[in-house]
Amino acid sequence: MRRTLLAAGAAIILAAGPAAAQNKTIKIGFVSTFSGPTAVIGNDMRNSFELALDHMGRKMGGIPVEVIYEDDQQKPDVGKQKTEKLIESDKVDFVAGYIWSNVLLASLKPVIDSKTFLISANAGPSQIAGELCSPFFFSTSWQNDQTPQAVGLYMNQKNVKSVFLIGPNYAAGKDMLAGVASTFKGKVVGQELTTWPTQLDFSAELAKAKASGADAIFVFYPGAAGVQFLNQYAASGLKATMPLYTAFTVDELSLPLQKDNAIGVPGAQQWVHDLPNEQNKKFVEDYRKKYPGLRPTYYGAQSYDAAQLINSAVVATKGNLSDKTAVQKAMEKADFKSLRGGFKFGNNHFPIQNFYLQDVVKDASGELSLKTVATIVKDDQDRFAAKCPMK
Amino acid sequence: MTLFIEQCLNGLQFGLLLFMLAAGLTLVFGIMDLVNLAHGSLYMMGAYFAATFTALTGSFIAGAVVGLAATLVVGMAVEVIAMRRLYGRDHLDHVLGTFGLILFFNELVRIIWGPAGLSLPLPGWLQQPLSIFGFQYSAYRFSIIVVSLAVAAGLYLLVMRTRTGMLIRAGASNREMVGALGVNIKLLYTLVFGLGAALAGLAGLMNAPILTVQIGMGENILILAFVITVIGGIGSIRGALVAALFVGFIDTLGRSYFPDILREMLSPTAASTLAPALSSMLIYLLMAIVLIVKPEGLFSAGQR
Amino acid sequence: MPFRLPPLTLRNVVVALVLIALALLPVYSQLAGDRFALTLFTRIVILALSALSLNLILGFGGMMSFGHAVYLGIGGYAVGMLAKEGIYSGFIQWPVAILASALFALVTGALSLRTRGVYFIMITLAFAQMAYYIVSGIARYGGDDGLTIYKRSQFFEALNLSSKTQFYYVCLVILYLAIYFLYRLVNSRFGMVLQGTRSNDARMRAIGFSTYRYKLTAFVIAGVLCGISGILLANQGDFVSPSMMYWTRSGDLIIMVVLGGMGTVAGPVMGAIAFLVLEEILPILIKLGGVPFVGASAAARASEYWMIVMGPLLLLVVLFARGGIDGLLNLIGDKFKQRGRS
Repeated sequence: MRRTLLAAGAAIILAAGPAAAQNKTIKIGFVSTFSGPTAVIGNDMRNSFELALDHMGRKMGGIPVEVIYEDDQQKPDVGKQKTEKLIESDKVDFVAGYIWSNVLLASLKPVIDSKTFLISANAGPSQIAGELCSPFFFSTSWQNDQTPQAVGLYMNQKNVKSVFLIGPNYAAGKDMLAGVASTFKGKVVGQELTTWPTQLDFSAELAKAKASGADAIFVFYPGAAGVQFLNQYAASGLKATMPLYTAFTVDELSLPLQKDNAIGVPGAQQWVHDLPNEQNKKFVEDYRKKYPGLRPTYYGAQSYDAAQLINSAVVATKGNLSDKTAVQKAMEKADFKSLRGGFKFGNNHFPIQNFYLQDVVKDASGELSLKTVATIVKDDQDRFAAKCPMK
Repeated sequence: MTLFIEQCLNGLQFGLLLFMLAAGLTLVFGIMDLVNLAHGSLYMMGAYFAATFTALTGSFIAGAVVGLAATLVVGMAVEVIAMRRLYGRDHLDHVLGTFGLILFFNELVRIIWGPAGLSLPLPGWLQQPLSIFGFQYSAYRFSIIVVSLAVAAGLYLLVMRTRTGMLIRAGASNREMVGALGVNIKLLYTLVFGLGAALAGLAGLMNAPILTVQIGMGENILILAFVITVIGGIGSIRGALVAALFVGFIDTLGRSYFPDILREMLSPTAASTLAPALSSMLIYLLMAIVLIVKPEGLFSAGQR
Repeated sequence: MPFRLPPLTLRNVVVALVLIALALLPVYSQLAGDRFALTLFTRIVILALSALSLNLILGFGGMMSFGHAVYLGIGGYAVGMLAKEGIYSGFIQWPVAILASALFALVTGALSLRTRGVYFIMITLAFAQMAYYIVSGIARYGGDDGLTIYKRSQFFEALNLSSKTQFYYVCLVILYLAIYFLYRLVNSRFGMVLQGTRSNDARMRAIGFSTYRYKLTAFVIAGVLCGISGILLANQGDFVSPSMMYWTRSGDLIIMVVLGGMGTVAGPVMGAIAFLVLEEILPILIKLGGVPFVGASAAARASEYWMIVMGPLLLLVVLFARGGIDGLLNLIGDKFKQRGRS
């Protein structure tokens, strides 16, 4: 009701002059996981989003910003309900966040139906890159297949002849394993999908990987599962015989728990904290200053970019968010300084960007840290863009 | 072949772990005739206590021992404060009251330890793979098997060879009679409940390093423990052991071999999705069949 | 049996007022611009229907089913699966969902009713868990991730279920019909026999009733009614997932029934409203109530822990207020009556 009034009011005022049509506040809903073992990821996203707002003086285009954080408990049905509440009860202008592809897929429909803009700061399910793509959806992360595709390319470089794939059985897990298989030139000798997120005991899968005699193992286990997997992998004694390649399994959040087990385990990423650009240096330094003892991750960097993307649209439209087409056009330009050193959007609103090889090293203070080693692929676009009807 | 042996060991380990949980449940169920849904919460408390005390003392063993004692105390307190009032009421009251306790414990844990959960790191000597008969197996899992077998043996001795055990057995077969004999039934109940809580806590803390310590961790495994209790026969420890091993093997071997069988007919994704669901389903199917054919379970306490 | 209006007691007046208030809710939602209230109460009306159906077997039949949420899943997935295959017509979806619920209830009921007591609890749980694992095992229909429904059930041009208000009234009318139907049912000969089996099954059999058949019929009716609320829930959420039929959801339904008052027709409706509204309001109450004592930020933090109030509250209801809200209203009503006399 208030929204229709606002829209009607906006239409009248629009004739007089666009500057008067501004919102009083920019309301952003942020859905992520703030409870359970993966809450550390949600907290990192929230920290980075807050930092981005601090850097903007907590205003976008001169209009104060209000953010409402909601916990999806890592459950699709809960995430969907929280998203609906943000749209209907809080009447937000944007929703952002979303770690998990299955939560995002469940939440998409109410957002699109209400013509609210959604910025995914992590999840990138193949369906939304392809047939389900929407003018109201933007990603500041990646499409799920892209990162493992880069890992597949790296395994080719390392002359790996056969691989055993293990991942969680949910939307992103299926994408990830399909992604690595699509670029890997050797043989995929086996594939295991585990119950998500409850199964944290990987003994059966590791035993089968061992029995398969593959050259290497590829896994995708974000959050706490990644810690468990790496520790069980080390305990099973496979480290000497079957090297491990990963996507989203070793990061700054899991490293303190994985410890030395993570040394020598390569992964691919579009952002690592040591990327040499000015805005990234500022982000990493200020993050450590504001949150002592914590280190930013790609989850946070993507959230920071999401805040920047929203800001760029608010500035470009001078706060007149009721003109949906103008907001969409403004966001499509990706007119902001991304922490990963710039990217552009493809037709499906997913980024076209570089992917880097990351490795685990001991930094100057003797602590374990991630390091960018090489660029695996440049200006990579996801393989579903052609299926998206938007041009 | 080594794969099969390894999977069997995994099944044995999981089964024995389930037995710890089910043993306490079946005792409480059999003796006090109490459907205790909050048993899973005690499992969770055991894991949280162990993680906390391990971090405090810096020793896994010390943390486990103190954690176990703490769970025992919490269990007895719960019995005295809440459970005692539920004895003799009908099962609906039990289900509701203990369901309320689950909510309570989940929130209590959230307030004390925060929403994020904890991790219980293993000491280095348990992280190394162990070499048995030429093939490698996780030392920690092997130690779970050893500890569980020791507990099972201890429980057998306690129940079969001691006076307390005699009362427990008598209580499981005929409750009124034990009371009539002038035994301090209140104390016996508190002790039995505390013992069950400690066993649940032990299962929780032993599983903690393999899983993560988190809110609601008891809810999945609780239902499995109930299934075992029912299959084995309510009140029968021997039945719980047999049924727990059944369930452990079905779950582990099913997860391991169903995908390969299903892959002959289905796409890999469909097969991987269906396989764990099928093995979980098999467990419930087994319970339904047992209930239809032999409702009192494989080993009923009354007949023993 | 001719239809007689229920007597004018405090309880019945409150129930009638609540039912009328439900009918007026969209007006409030429109005037106050509170679209979320409509969404919330659509959910409440739907879950009230499932609590109502559970009460038929739990409250009147004494059958302690611990797997009643399975019918939410069956009804929901029938809609979801057909929609996924491109069949949106409600004339196909709804009968299929109802048939599937009836069939599941018939088969599992026939087997479960051979057991009693705690074994009945366990076997109904087992069947529900089996269904839970079946749907989470089918990759085509989303597995654990659930399944988004892109178009709601279609009937005629005039009836648009995608309109929030229209959909709300569809749910409400179904709830009204179900209340009326159950009221007639429990006061019929069938209902009397059913309630007889609750108090003394052996005696009813001795008189010559085949109690098994009566119970099974009630079990199937309850299953079908809950299946219908599953259809509605799937349409309301545009989404189905296995968690709809997880055992904790069955536990929630039992709570609603007991909170409202077992063995009374309208009790579960009050229970569902109380349970779901408490869920929304308890955090706010703790927040507001706590501000003068502990300060705003601590109160806000405390409000996240509303479950710690809910849990013991439940235990207290079990221990001391068996009649639930319904019993409470009757108690107050009686007090008034006595005061009026003296």
